[in-house]
This record gives sequence, structure tokens and C-alpha cells, in this order.
Amino acid sequence: MKGILRIAFKLLVNDKGKYAALLVGITFAVFLMVQMTSIFSGILMKSSSTVINLGAQVWVMDPAVNNVASSIPMPDYVLDTVRSIDGVKYAVPLYSGAALVKLRNGIFQSVTVVGLDDNSLFGHPELVEGKIEDIYAENAFIVVEDAEIRKLGYPTVGTDFELNDHRGVIVGIARVAASGLFGIPTLYTTYSKAIQYIPSTRFTISYILVEPKSSDAIPHIQQQVKRLGYEALTKDEFMQKIANYYKYQTGLGTNILIMTVVSFLVGFSVSGQTFYTFILENLEKFGALKAIGAKGSELVYMILFQAMFTAMIGYGLGVGLCTLIITIAKLRIPDYSANITYTTLGFAFFMVLIIAGISSYIGIRKVLKIEPFDIFRG
Amino acid sequence: MNPAISANELAKWFGEGDLKTYAVNDVTFEAYFGEILFIVGPSGSGKTTLLSIVSGILRPNSGTVVIDNVDIWKLEPDQIAQFRLNKVGFVFQDYHLFPRLTTAENVAIPLILMKKDWDESIREATRYLEIVGLGNKVQLPPVKLSGGEQQRVAIARALVSQPDILIFDEPTASLDGDTGRRVMEFVKTNVLNDKRCILIVTHDSRIFEYADRIMKMEDGRVVGIEKGASH
Repeated sequence: MKGILRIAFKLLVNDKGKYAALLVGITFAVFLMVQMTSIFSGILMKSSSTVINLGAQVWVMDPAVNNVASSIPMPDYVLDTVRSIDGVKYAVPLYSGAALVKLRNGIFQSVTVVGLDDNSLFGHPELVEGKIEDIYAENAFIVVEDAEIRKLGYPTVGTDFELNDHRGVIVGIARVAASGLFGIPTLYTTYSKAIQYIPSTRFTISYILVEPKSSDAIPHIQQQVKRLGYEALTKDEFMQKIANYYKYQTGLGTNILIMTVVSFLVGFSVSGQTFYTFILENLEKFGALKAIGAKGSELVYMILFQAMFTAMIGYGLGVGLCTLIITIAKLRIPDYSANITYTTLGFAFFMVLIIAGISSYIGIRKVLKIEPFDIFRG
Repeated sequence: MNPAISANELAKWFGEGDLKTYAVNDVTFEAYFGEILFIVGPSGSGKTTLLSIVSGILRPNSGTVVIDNVDIWKLEPDQIAQFRLNKVGFVFQDYHLFPRLTTAENVAIPLILMKKDWDESIREATRYLEIVGLGNKVQLPPVKLSGGEQQRVAIARALVSQPDILIFDEPTASLDGDTGRRVMEFVKTNVLNDKRCILIVTHDSRIFEYADRIMKMEDGRVVGIEKGASH
């Protein structure tokens, strides 16, 4: 480390009270920002869980659909037409709807029922117990083993229940990549069984899952579907549409944004003010350094180093604390939705750089303004 | 004798028009190697301003300051900073020691600014602390030292870069009479040499006996230079 930076380091860390206050400010800000954005990220991921789990490349739906749960049924001819579009390798119907099941102990429980195409079972989950072909058996359902399975009383293969006066039997237990947002257990069955068991409107296809022959064919498929008055979205586009719905139409995004801004301001005000006080207290000393022969650029390096060093330590502590809290929360609350991503970490890092930048800018201005002559004058 | 500092027709004023006030007005003098020159005068007489000008801290409005055959006020700001670092040692009235650094680290600062190796700088600083009699306090922060000891740390810091010119601003203002005299005795005996010139601004008549020459100032002008008791 260059000598001048070593002096800056010692000036900073040897002032234990102020250094602790600076770290607390930045750590708190990072913790809150990462926590808020991770919760948001977790909610967005869970809101797209069906899209992630089924894995279809292209989804056809009514243009008014803004999230998976609020599907608008489409007539059968749409499926036939989509199958006839150039570039479509295959297209299958998907049922997705809510239902009430009555458990053996008499308790009613809401569930999401996903009806897979009878012929292909396209998008079926990975089974950890049972065999996928058993889904064709009478009354057969596969239950997803996620945080919500406890709400069905931890069913095993053979457990039965009632669904709209129909008997249902668990024939398999599956694992999926992402669990849902609303804390409702998920049951998989065949499309035909789903529309038979659950009261339906005249049209029954919730979504059409399309496998294109190649990714180059997707724009053409989208164009042709649009001509039908429907919308074909790639997996990423559909997830983005869902995210936009939660961000802009539910108030969730605005609230998270406000909380993140508040976190930033709290962190900035605590650490900015403390850093400013630190500079003020050392101002005469910086002036003395100038008088001795330190160049303005060297003093700038010292302050930038102090601000950045504190910011990086605070960032590490904040991220560590947030990770710890989220890990503990997930251990105790299995469906706790928070997801630390590189984006949230990058966002918090960027905000911390802003805090450090503004704090050091204020200090640098003050230090560059002081004249060594002022030191002589006292 | 070869002058260490040659100041010619220096003037420094603040404000403009009716508010124009001369802090230093038409000052010409020379200071020589091997001497202690006191600059004395009442408050507001311009001593500190003059000291700042000749040490490369405050730019005069007119006049020249020649040190080592260089008119220092024709240098660029960074060159003047480098000049101060290499040629001038400062002992400030309030010492301006960093309370969060050890005494050795405080003394090493000029060497570190000269980009010398950290360990080497600390070793050299320790040597100078031994010279000023504080070899057993190198690891202590300045706040643990008495006023006289802090003064000696400041002197060690000013000396460590082996400057040609030493500037003392009111060196005894914060010290009692005995300590002040001990510090001046130390300066006279151990700091002054044939290759060094010491300028001291002071109000303290108790230490005039240590001056080789005393330059009196009033209203920004030099009103007389007389030989000190030490001459």
C-alpha cells in the first residue's frame, strides 16, 4: 500500500467511534437495499414459477393476461391454428386453474391444478416418488413437494382426497424449480382430467405451449398468433410481462422502490454526515499536510480511499448480514420469498458507490478549499 | 555571506478599492544560513503573512522570494508544494499532529510524502525522535505527550526531511516559560547548523535571547532589524 494511503487508512480506522458509525450507516443501508430488492426478486421469481417449471419456449395466451394465475380460456380452434403455423414443431394445451380439495380430515384447502397435455405430458415435473405414467390412472394426481405440501398434510403415494365430489389419489410426488407466490399447493394431472374435475367455462385452454422448430421461427409464430387476436410470448417475455404487472399495476414495485430509496437516504445521511464530521475534525490536519508539501491530488486520493474502503467493508457486512437473515428466515419459513441475485448485489454495490462518491466529494471540496495559510493564522 | 532567503519588495494586500488593506508592504530582507532570525511585532503587523510568503504558502501580490537561486513564486502550484516538502520544515503554533497516528508515524509524514518506503520512513522518524529525546515514546499517540514533548515531536517532523529552512510559528505560545526556554535551547544547540536557516515568528520576549537577528514589523512594514543577544 502506498504510504499516503496507509496514513489515510490509519487515520480512518484508528478513529474507532467514527469508523464504527460509518460502517453501521453503510452496512444498514446495504442490508436494507439488498433485503428489499431480494424480496422483490423473490416475489417476481415465484410469480413466474409456472412459466419456469413448465419450461415451454413460447406461450400463447389472451392479450389481456397479465399473470399466470389470471388466464383467460381460449377456444380449441386457436390450438389447431397454432399447430398449423409454419415453424411450429408442436403445440399443446395447458390447463391452469384453482380448485378446493377436501382432505381426509375434513379440511378444505385451495390448490392450483395444472392439466398437462394427455399425449405428450409436456412440461411434467421431475418425479421423486412414483412413475409419470401413473398420471393416466383413474383419479390420478401428482403433488409437488415444496413448502406448501404441508398444507395437504404431507400426502404420500396413495393418499386420497376429494375435488369437486371427485375422488383424487396421489400417484407421484414431484419436485419443481420454483414454488408459487401465493402459498398454495400444486397438483399436476392430465388436461382432460383437469377440465373434467374442475368446473369450466365454455373454453378450456388456459395456455398453448409451443415448441418452435428453431428460435428463428419465433417472430413469425408471434406475428401469426397476433393475427388471430392472441399473443405469443417467449418464456422471458412472459416472465417480464408478469414482472411488469407486479411492478407497475399492484403497487408492489413502487413500495419496494420507496423502501429502497429510504434505505439509501438513511444510509447516506448517517454515513455521509459522519464522514463529513470526520473530514471537518481533520481539516486542520489536512491543511497542515498541504503546508508540509502534500499535493491536492494526494489529499483527494486519501479521502477517496477512506470513503471507498469504508464503503466496501460496509457493503460486505451488509450483504453478509442480509444473507444470514434470509438464510435463517428460509430455514424457519420455507416459502419465504427472497432471492439474492447478482442484479440485487450489483444494484446495492452501485448505490454504495454513490454514497461513497457523494460523501467523499463533500469532504474533498472542503479539503481542497482549505489554504495552508489558514493553518498559520489559526 | 550567502543568503538562504532573499525577499525583495514583497507586498500582500487583501480586498480591493477602499477596502484594500496591506498585510505586507514593501518588505525587503535577507536571511542567512546558520542564523536564527526572529520576526517580531504586534498582532496584525504582518509577521505571519510574511512568514507564509517566504515559505511558499501564500502568494504575494508583488515582489520576489529567491531561495536556492529560484524565484519560488514563478513555480507551478505542484512545484511549490514539492519545494516546501524538500526545502522547508514547519513547526506550527498548535503543532497539528495527527492524534490517531503514533509519534513516529507523525514524524515520518514528510518522508512518506516524498514517497519513501514506509518502514524506512518510520526508522528515520524514530532516529529523529531519539535526537529530540523522545526515543522511548515512538509508539505513543501525541495526545499522551506533554505540551513540550508535542513541540519536540513537531520539531522532529520538521527536521526529518533535512530542510534548509525551518519555520517556527509562535513556538513557545503554548508552553510555560521553562519549557519554552528548553525548547529554544534545543533548537539553538541541536537544530541550527551552518546549512540551515531558522525563521521564528514570536511575541514572546523571554526567548529573544536566542535570536541572531530580530526583525521588527509594524503595519506590514519592516521597521528595523537588530542583532539579537545570541549574535
